[in-house]
Amino acid sequence: MSKHRIMGLFSDFEQAFAAIADIRANKIPGVSVDDVSLKSPIEHPEVEEVLGERPAHVPKFTLMGASFGITFGFLFLASAQATFLVQPQGGKPVVPLPTNFVLTYEMLILFGVLFTVISFLIGARMLRRRDTFYSEMVSLDQVGVLLVVDEKNVQPLKSLFEQHKVVEIREEVVR
Amino acid sequence: METKDINEQIKWAQINKDVLSSLVNPRPAYWVAVGVCLLLLSCAVVAEIYQYNTGIGTADLDWPQMWGLYIATFIFWIGMSHSGTLLSAILHIIHADWRKPIYRFAEAMTTFSLMTAGLFPVIHLGRLWNMYWVLPYASDRGAWPNFRSPLVWDAFAIFTYLTSSALFLFIGMIPDLAICRDNAKGWRKKLYTFLSMGWEGTDRQWRNFRKTYLLMACFLIPLAVSVHSIVSSDFAMSIMPGWHVTTFPPYFVAGALYSGCAAIITLFIILRYFFRFEEYMTIPILEKTCKLTFVIAMAWTYLLFAEFVTAWYGDDIPSKEVLIDKFTGHYAPYFITMVFFGSVMPFTLAFEKLRRHIPTMFVVSLLLNVGMWLERWMIVSPTLSFSYQPVAWSVLWPSIVQWAIVFGSFGWFGLLFLVFVKIFPSVSMYEVKEMVYHRRRAIEGDQAVAMHRRSSDPQPATEMPGA
Repeated sequence: MSKHRIMGLFSDFEQAFAAIADIRANKIPGVSVDDVSLKSPIEHPEVEEVLGERPAHVPKFTLMGASFGITFGFLFLASAQATFLVQPQGGKPVVPLPTNFVLTYEMLILFGVLFTVISFLIGARMLRRRDTFYSEMVSLDQVGVLLVVDEKNVQPLKSLFEQHKVVEIREEVVR
Repeated sequence: METKDINEQIKWAQINKDVLSSLVNPRPAYWVAVGVCLLLLSCAVVAEIYQYNTGIGTADLDWPQMWGLYIATFIFWIGMSHSGTLLSAILHIIHADWRKPIYRFAEAMTTFSLMTAGLFPVIHLGRLWNMYWVLPYASDRGAWPNFRSPLVWDAFAIFTYLTSSALFLFIGMIPDLAICRDNAKGWRKKLYTFLSMGWEGTDRQWRNFRKTYLLMACFLIPLAVSVHSIVSSDFAMSIMPGWHVTTFPPYFVAGALYSGCAAIITLFIILRYFFRFEEYMTIPILEKTCKLTFVIAMAWTYLLFAEFVTAWYGDDIPSKEVLIDKFTGHYAPYFITMVFFGSVMPFTLAFEKLRRHIPTMFVVSLLLNVGMWLERWMIVSPTLSFSYQPVAWSVLWPSIVQWAIVFGSFGWFGLLFLVFVKIFPSVSMYEVKEMVYHRRRAIEGDQAVAMHRRSSDPQPATEMPGA
C-alpha cells in the first residue's frame, strides 16, 4: 500500500486545530496526532496543547556550549599565561584567577550562543531544500496541516479537512 | 487620541504588504539621508587618508592627550550599541509585546554601532598596517598579551558581543527572510533564499526557534552589562584622578542604555517617516520608549551625582581638582552643557503632551545623545589634561582631522543602517502578526465574556478574598 502526503491549508488556527482535534480523537483509525506536522506564519501559544509535547533539544546543546566555553576559556588563558613562566612575574601569579574569571565568563557566553545557534540549525532541520509541499500562503496568513498516511486514509482525511472549511488540499504519493 | 499600541484589526496580509513595500518604496527623504551620510563618510575617509599619510600627529594626539576624541567616540558607540539588543532581550523575556514593531531596527543599531566602535581603536593606532595588534594573539616572540589588562578584556568582550548580537539579529530575522523570499524577485530572491536557510514555518522549526531565541536573550543580558562594565574598567582600573571610581561600571551601563534609548527614539521617528510606518511605529509605543528613557536618564543622573560626591568627599585631592576644573575650567561649557542635556533635558519626557509630539521628541532625542557624547568626552579629556603632574597639564582642542573622523563615523553608522533597512525588513512581520493575533483574541475574549454575562450571573470579585 502506498503512502500519501497530504497538506490541508486552513484560513486560521481555529479551523486547523479543530481538524487536528478530530485526528486526536481517532476519527480516522490508523492516523495519529503524532503524524501531524503544522506549518504556520506565527507560532501559536497553545500549539503544544493541540499537537502534544514534542522535544526540542536546544537547551542541552546550550549547556554543552557553556561548559565547553568555561573549560576552553580557562585552559586557553592558563596555557597562554604559562608561556610567561620564562618571564619575570614580579611576585604576581602566573595564572591570575580574578582576571581569568572575566575572560572565562566571556567565553562561556560566546560558546553558549554559538552552540545554541548550531543546535537550532540541526534541531529545526534548517539548511535543507524546501518541502515540495511548501506553500507561500503559509508565510502570509494560512495554516497548513501536513500528514503522511496510507492510501486507504486519504479520502477520509480529505473529508475531515473539508468539514473544517479547508481552503486548499495538496496531495502527493511518497516514493 | 491614539491609545492602542497597534490596531489589532489589521490583516496579516496587510502587514506583509506594508513592510515589504518599505523595501522598495521609501520616501525621497531616505535618499537625502543616504546622501548626507555619504558626504560625512567621505569627509572621514579624506581625513583618515591624510592622517595615514602624514602621521597621527595631524590629529593632535600627543602626550598627555593620547586618547582624545577617538576613544571618547569609541565609548560612545559601544554605549549606543547597548539598548538595542539589551532592551530587546529584556522586553522579550518579560513578554512586553510593544517591543515587537521596534526591536528589529534597535538590534540592527546595536550591530552597526559595534562595527562603528570597532573602527576607532584601529584609527587611533595611527599605523593601520598594525591593526591586528589590537587582537589578543601570540606575538612573533611567542608572548601573549597581558591578560590582566582591561584593554585585552575589551577585545574579548566586544568580539563576543558583536558575534552574539549579530546572531541574535539574524536568528530573529529568519521567519521574515522567508516571507521576503516568497515575495521577492531577482537578486533579492537569491539573497533571501540563501539567508532564510530553508525556513518553512513548521512546528518543529518554531519550537526550536522559540527556545533558541529565548536562550540567546538570556545570554545577551549579562553579556551587554559585562561589556560596558569592562569598557569602564579601562578607566576605573587605572589610578588616574577622576577615573579611579568604583561606581564607574554601573554609571557606564546606565549611560550606555540612556544613549541607546535616545537613539532608538531618533531612529523610530526617522523610520516611521521614511517608510510610512504610522500603523506599526505608533505614538503609544513611542511614549513607552520615552518613559523608559526617562527612567534610565534619572538613574544615570543619580550615578553622575554619586560620582561627584565620591570625588568631593574623598581624600584624593587630584580627583577633587579635576572635578572642580570640570565645573570651572576650560571644559566647563561642555561639561555644563552635558549635565543640562543629560539631566535636565530628559524632564521633557515626563510630560505626555511633549512625548506625543514627534518633532519635539526628535529634537530632544538628538540633544540627549549630544549630551551623552559630551559625557564620554568629559570622561576622557579633563583627566588627561589635569593629571597628577602639573608639568603635564595641557588643554588641547581636537584637530579638524579628529572632528572629521568623528563626524564621519556618524555617516558610516547611518549608511550601514540605511542600507540595512532598505534590504531587510525593519519591522518584524511575524512578531507584529503575533502581537495583533494575541490582542485580537484578548479583545474577542473580553467581548465574549461581556456578551454572555447576564445580570443574574455572579459578578467578578472586586476585592481580595478575606480582605
